[in-house]
Amino acid sequence: MRKLILLSIFSITICCIIISCQNAQEVEQAKYRSGGKDLYLKYCQNCHSANGEGLGELYPSLTDSVFMKENKAQLACIIKNGLTKPIVIDGKRYEGKMPGFQKLENIDVAKIIVYITNSFGHQQGMYKFEQVAKDLENCK
Amino acid sequence: MIKFKNTIGLATLFILGIGLFACNNNKKLPIYGQREAKITKDAEGNEKVDTVYQTIPNFKFLNQDSTYITQDTFKGKIYVADFFFTSCTTICPTMHRHLKSVYEQFKDNPEVMFLSHTIDFKYDKPSVLFKYAKNLGVDTKKWQFVYGPKEEIYNLAEKSYLTVVGEDKTAPDGYMHQGWLVLIDKEKKMRGAYDGTKEEQVELLKKDMATLLAEEK
Repeated sequence: MRKLILLSIFSITICCIIISCQNAQEVEQAKYRSGGKDLYLKYCQNCHSANGEGLGELYPSLTDSVFMKENKAQLACIIKNGLTKPIVIDGKRYEGKMPGFQKLENIDVAKIIVYITNSFGHQQGMYKFEQVAKDLENCK
Repeated sequence: MIKFKNTIGLATLFILGIGLFACNNNKKLPIYGQREAKITKDAEGNEKVDTVYQTIPNFKFLNQDSTYITQDTFKGKIYVADFFFTSCTTICPTMHRHLKSVYEQFKDNPEVMFLSHTIDFKYDKPSVLFKYAKNLGVDTKKWQFVYGPKEEIYNLAEKSYLTVVGEDKTAPDGYMHQGWLVLIDKEKKMRGAYDGTKEEQVELLKKDMATLLAEEK
């Protein structure tokens, strides 16, 4: 009987730890996302619009889930260095240039990425700022 | 007794409502710009005072198809004018996203047109404007994009459309300008100016355009 009580206390403690860890992660992601929203408004929204729809064939939409998943490792490069090559998204071809935002810190780039990959219908989870430096080394 | 009071209350409300509705129907937009009094004499020698309003002077600019357009293009139409440039990353995309929603609402109305002037006289040649219009996805018969000499465009912006534009080396893209969407009536008078970066102002523009169209019928 004592064993059983000890075991159940132990498992409850473990469960609590796991749950609170998950919560901490969620809280961190929510922090990134809300910071990212402000940065998006400042740096991205003029062209890509508040709901990520872009504008005609001038500025691409950010709503294509497949593109966002396949190019997630390139997002940091695009935000920081801009884009000069034509790009096809959702069957539309965009030839305009996107300016780079060199002065953004890695943490801000990460926040923007968390925001755009968890808005407009996407749910791609966390993207930590340490990842930005790694991704920037592999820019295409 | 209470019921009777209620009926009176309701009736009053109803009448007030009708009154307000009627007022709205007769609504006229203000006329902007400077005005002068012009005194004329009729055949019998009686003096008459007419108000002369400021109007948009005639212009001649190259459009996106590299053909010259003048005010004749806008004859018998009301139009919305603005100033922008194609490489602008600040307010222009928002302005044109909003203006495009106005365009969508009125695109089947033959009495409505749109006129965007570029202030980037170095880069925005007609071919650039053509591409921009195509990518924006609008019919250039309805929404014209024009290019002109710096002096003429800047003068027209400031003196006639009351919009401040200019070169500015400290601005992110090299130019500064205000994001007004300016409503012009069939007599070339300025009837409204709306901040093209604000959604509620753009909604007001749509309403005012309907009012102006009704007024001119």
